[in-house]
Amino acid sequence: MELDPVLLARVQFAANITFHILFPTITIALGWILLFFKLSYNRSDDLKWMDAYHFWVKIFALSFALGVVSGITMSFQFGTNWPGFMERVGNIAGPLLAYEILTAFFLEAVFLGIMLFGFRRVSNRVHTLATVLVAVGTTLSAFWILVLNSWMHTPVGFEMRDGVAHATDWLAIVFNPSMPYRLTHMLLASGLTAAFLIAGVSSYRWLRGDRSPSVMAALRTGVVLAAILIPAQIVVGDLHGLNTLEHQPQKIAAIEANWQTRPAVPLVLFALPDEQARSNAFEVAIPYGASLILTHDPNGVVPGLDAFEGSHPPVAPVFFAFRVMVGIGITMLLLSWAGGWVLWRRGDLTPWLARAFVGMTFAGWGATIAGWYVTEIGRQPWLVSGVLRTAEAASAVPAPFIGLSLALYLVVYAVLLAAYVSVIFHLARKAGDAVVRLPKAAPSPSVPSMVAAE
Amino acid sequence: MLTAFGDPAVWLPVAFAGLMGLAILVYVVLDGYDLGVGMLLAGVGEADRDRMIAAIGPFWDANETWLVLAVGLLLVAFPLAHGVILGALYLPVAVMLIGLIVRGVAFEFRAKVRPERKAAWDWAFFAGSLATALAQGCMLGLYVMGLEITPATVAFSALTAVCLAAGYVFIGACWLIIKTDGDLQRRSVRWARRCLVFIALGLGSVSVASPLVSPRIFEKWFSLPEIVLLAPLPIASVVTIGLLWIALKNLPDHQDRWAWLPFFGAVTVFALAFTGLAYSFYPYVVPDRLTIYDAASAPESLLIILIGALLVVPVIITYSLIAYRIFRGKATVLRYD
Repeated sequence: MELDPVLLARVQFAANITFHILFPTITIALGWILLFFKLSYNRSDDLKWMDAYHFWVKIFALSFALGVVSGITMSFQFGTNWPGFMERVGNIAGPLLAYEILTAFFLEAVFLGIMLFGFRRVSNRVHTLATVLVAVGTTLSAFWILVLNSWMHTPVGFEMRDGVAHATDWLAIVFNPSMPYRLTHMLLASGLTAAFLIAGVSSYRWLRGDRSPSVMAALRTGVVLAAILIPAQIVVGDLHGLNTLEHQPQKIAAIEANWQTRPAVPLVLFALPDEQARSNAFEVAIPYGASLILTHDPNGVVPGLDAFEGSHPPVAPVFFAFRVMVGIGITMLLLSWAGGWVLWRRGDLTPWLARAFVGMTFAGWGATIAGWYVTEIGRQPWLVSGVLRTAEAASAVPAPFIGLSLALYLVVYAVLLAAYVSVIFHLARKAGDAVVRLPKAAPSPSVPSMVAAE
Repeated sequence: MLTAFGDPAVWLPVAFAGLMGLAILVYVVLDGYDLGVGMLLAGVGEADRDRMIAAIGPFWDANETWLVLAVGLLLVAFPLAHGVILGALYLPVAVMLIGLIVRGVAFEFRAKVRPERKAAWDWAFFAGSLATALAQGCMLGLYVMGLEITPATVAFSALTAVCLAAGYVFIGACWLIIKTDGDLQRRSVRWARRCLVFIALGLGSVSVASPLVSPRIFEKWFSLPEIVLLAPLPIASVVTIGLLWIALKNLPDHQDRWAWLPFFGAVTVFALAFTGLAYSFYPYVVPDRLTIYDAASAPESLLIILIGALLVVPVIITYSLIAYRIFRGKATVLRYD
């Protein structure tokens, strides 16, 4: 079989960016949650908050390192895998990427050192400031990269000269039509991912009999945060969908597996979309549902895939990824509200709820990746909507090179992912085994240890 | 503002080449020392490993960010060159990236896994650092050879790979002389002295090879009056290496007053070598194929980045210096609390 270099380049880029996004998704929100723990301690002098901070800062450091190294890979692959991207739209993508590096990467990297290892070297105030700056840095980084990504979906503020995009209006580029929705959607996704991670790991400790005040404080923080964010996420997701309907109707048509433009479109709950026959098999649908959701009128006309034949995304991956995302979202809603209710009424969890939270520890990852697949595969065959096709941007690197490096990356990523998950649970077990408290003057709650960076 | 310094299609690419050169040099020095410490990890026992890691712990992350800045500047300011260079160096780049990934995470994992797995992550930290250094040296060699892949250029890049790795071990050892004391400091002095030979070999071979490969570079160095004007560069390099040799023979001194000297000598050698290379290849960003003027992005976009860079880079340097000041002195065991 002839290896297709464009397909390989896409698979490689997708593998790297999928691996990368796992970690910023955690650190963006976890940085702010750490700040919350720290400020709660500053305010209340209650050591449980400092314990929670010291436990979660380890997981933050680990996640951050994984995010940094996989992010370095991304900065190379923009050029090696997609040289056409920078040639065509580099005048717009370039400054946005440069501003991300200049304003965010250095800020978070430098102050992370002070935040992690400077506890005894700087005053509490400076340490809190370092924590704030790290959180600001991660969020700024998300801002710039989502500006660029949104611009690729809804490009504005530029003109084409000799086949190259030139910026004409930077404000329009930064605040492009899909940016506010996509950024909010992603920040909430990060909040939910971190909230379920905290709730899951704390539930794991709870199930092992480790019910110290710090575990309960972290558990409540995770569950309450999840219960607050998930309804907001559902509303923002709906608004984001309506924004997509306006700017990228073919993506919505693929999400709904709606093959014909027509009124009174049903909401397809499940089906096997068949691209050859251009219809669905085994369809389970709610009559009028899609028209009602998308046009707020049961007889509203919804654009179908027939209007975009030859230039719409592959239907099945978008269709299924969307259902995975929504399915996880609904499960999150049910679990976080049930958990919040029980915690509020009884002041404690029940074993079954705790097991459910443990099972959902990494649910945020599932939903985030599924959501990114919807939006990115949903933009195909374009890399920049209406400006640059993905195939035009691909590199001329020989397929065997890409295949070889892809295989190496996949092995490394699989090992690292397994190590990451097992270390998180190992840290949770270890924290439960070593609860020895010292007075506040020497805030060193865990067993004194000679292990570096521990 | 665009025309305030003459033709923006001329001065903007030069400004960005300068900025990118600065980022590369800072990266090579800063990540050079932490990669070097990573490679030296192989030669010591566990207690020393913790101290050596502690000597780079608060810094490595920010050090690697300079690589992102350098590659980012190549990407945004010279997009055509980014594709050509990194496409030609595809495999060494992949090896380097995997090396950087492995060592970056090994740093975190070694401190958090079960004790019996710590040695394996230490080994990963060493192997990742070594792979990164060798891959970068290989990239340097192939770049000097004009990005041609022939048996001769590959052999040359193998030589530069070993020499750059030795250079990183050298600057890593010099860093440890500042950050450690006692027996570990004495051994660091010995490591540094041994690597000095490789530095001389590496500098010599690149200096001889690049004018031989490129008549243009030959012309730039060996014609009048250039040969006289440029003479200070190689002379200063030789003198600095000689001074380093003497300094390393007499370190560590009793009051530990001169511990910083080898590191600054190493920085001087790196800076001199880098200046020579930059002079050789200017104005080309892809050797003998693509100049910085041909490869540059549109002036309006470059200007937007430049304004940001001029505002932000001094701030970055300031808070980086503050971080180094906070963690000054001998390395102590790293802890979060």
